[in-house]
Amino acid sequence: MIQSRPIGSAEDGPRRASFGLVRYASALFFGSKLNTAITLISAALLWLVLPPLYDWGIGDALWSGTVEECRAASGACWAFIGEKINLIVFGMLPADDRWRAVLAIVLMVSVMALCMVPRVWSVWLVPLWIGTIGVAFWLMLGGFGLDRVRTEQVGGLPVTLLLSLTALPLGFPFGLALALGRQSEFWLFRWVSTGVIELFRGAPLVATLFIASIMMPFVLPEGMNPPKLTRALLAFTIVAAAYIAEALRGGLQSIPPGQGEAAAALGLRGWHRLWLITLPQVIRHSIPGLVNIVVSFFKDTSLIIVIGMTDFLGAIQLAARDPAWAGFNIEGYVFAALFYFSFCYVLTSYAARLERRASHY
Amino acid sequence: MLPSFLLTSSSGRALTAAAVTACLATPVLADQTLDAVKERGVLKCGTALDVPGFGYPDSNGVPGGMDVDYCKALAAAVLGDAEKVEFIPLTTTTRFPALQSGEVDVLFRQVTTTFTRDTSLGFLSGPVTVFDGQGIMVPKALGVTKATELDGATVCVTPGSNSELTIGDYFRANGMEFKPISMDNFDEMRSAFFSGRCDVFTSDRTYLGSIRSVAENPDDYVVLDETLAKSPLAPVVRQGDDQWYNIVRWTVYAPMIAEEIGITSENVDDKLSEGAPMIQRFLGKQAEFFEGIGLEDDWAYNVVKSIGNYGELYERNLGAGSAIGLDRGDNNLYFNGGLHYPPPLL
Repeated sequence: MIQSRPIGSAEDGPRRASFGLVRYASALFFGSKLNTAITLISAALLWLVLPPLYDWGIGDALWSGTVEECRAASGACWAFIGEKINLIVFGMLPADDRWRAVLAIVLMVSVMALCMVPRVWSVWLVPLWIGTIGVAFWLMLGGFGLDRVRTEQVGGLPVTLLLSLTALPLGFPFGLALALGRQSEFWLFRWVSTGVIELFRGAPLVATLFIASIMMPFVLPEGMNPPKLTRALLAFTIVAAAYIAEALRGGLQSIPPGQGEAAAALGLRGWHRLWLITLPQVIRHSIPGLVNIVVSFFKDTSLIIVIGMTDFLGAIQLAARDPAWAGFNIEGYVFAALFYFSFCYVLTSYAARLERRASHY
Repeated sequence: MLPSFLLTSSSGRALTAAAVTACLATPVLADQTLDAVKERGVLKCGTALDVPGFGYPDSNGVPGGMDVDYCKALAAAVLGDAEKVEFIPLTTTTRFPALQSGEVDVLFRQVTTTFTRDTSLGFLSGPVTVFDGQGIMVPKALGVTKATELDGATVCVTPGSNSELTIGDYFRANGMEFKPISMDNFDEMRSAFFSGRCDVFTSDRTYLGSIRSVAENPDDYVVLDETLAKSPLAPVVRQGDDQWYNIVRWTVYAPMIAEEIGITSENVDDKLSEGAPMIQRFLGKQAEFFEGIGLEDDWAYNVVKSIGNYGELYERNLGAGSAIGLDRGDNNLYFNGGLHYPPPLL
């Protein structure tokens, strides 16, 4: 049995109190003078903030209607989101092609959901992922029998999903290779890996995006130049790989060298040792770091605004710029915040579950 | 041999130098833009798609605007179909490298023609599509009618922008005091102005118009007559392809000529059969008249048929009929007191 964490002692377990919920709560909120003060101040603040917030967001809000009605209303104008929802979700994709974006989103989200179920974990998920990414790209960009989608028409929610759900899985194998390379005893691997990691972790993501978007057309002859989305994806993948490599290195270094030696003594070869002994532990140790990267990259996809593309957030900002509907930025940003929060919340709670599950081993 | 734009660019010099050393394959050769576009079957037009009035999608995601329409006009002229255009959305930072690298065939992206851009970036500017300029908007309650009465005013500016420099110069040149308030973006500036935190909102006139239109009561605000800085907006192409430059140039003129001789997108088909010799010539009824430009005889017909004449173009995107609601002013044709003066066909 591999032992990767100390055996829990009695006082190490969760502090599950034996007394009831009421006593627990009263101890938590009014246990000391300081706690009582904090509780009262927080309650007062909530009392000040929540009712106006409720009035604005729900009570006096307008859920549908014209822009004139919106300007007359005192609450939030959710009709703005309703009016612009096509632009926000699909960007400038023509109405006839929207089924493609819907299909791509459904496909990506369902495969991601499938991958989150531990029971179906197997090697087959890898080709499934690659296939899904390929099909999603095909749907979004066209070619091979489908109409080609023009550069300006790729935008909105599918771009956010495509970039984050593609750059991270693609970046993972590269990141793993880089992490192993950095630990390698062969100087060339070590130097190259360290160089790549430090370069892309040291340079701002925006700079890498600019290079991918502006430099590549200079270097490649016309016709060879990949679409803007692909170039952006390349930049995200490389940077993601560098970050993932560092998260994994943390995990790698936490494995005592004795384990590798013990495995070698049992007659396991190099790859087996890596695959069966080291990696499962490394990944388990790296989950918090990896989830951190996933969450931050999911939000960082918005940076493609700087190369003139629109993702989900960009589309909301774009919608808020309409002179006819100007002045509803706050509604747009609240909508964006809710979306990003719910997505990231699902992700982090899942990761927390994964960690608990992993710690049972 | 390297195309000239790789050798003469200044802001893109660092980029190009690296690119040249990395690979000597030249992206686009001079004198071939027309052939490249025809072979590709689609025009790559660098534009902005986040600037209402110039390039901006409606609620259904269909882009429209002055620059977008001119891109369509060029596609109609070159390929006979206004829909055969791919808009490459560009920011103010990425627009010039995109043209230098050959990622786009032409820029219709609110570019102000300046001496330095024409000479140091290796570009050529076409004729002006819109005469814009930096204007000043103030609340009517301030009782100001001239910019010189603004001594001591608080001014909302975006830090580091051109308009910040210009307004600073203007106040200093007139010996006036002013208090700048820095705002990160235009959305913040707008709410600061409407809430009375600053007396002066300065930006391009086309933008001031759209800001004023969303005020609770637009009549409470007034755009002063003064223009602090000229801003002639024009298409841009790479140097070294004279044929392409001529095509872009005359595509800009075509809707203006159409307005001059009374052709609109509605009556263009009638004018094909009736109409004076001048009109017939313009619409391509005189065989081989347009041979020298390398386009089909009916290119101008296609332009007007698809986007209309300049008056229609302006009304639809910037004029009273649009959300921007701007007067025609300098953008009238010459005989109505404006500055647009398309040269004659012969």
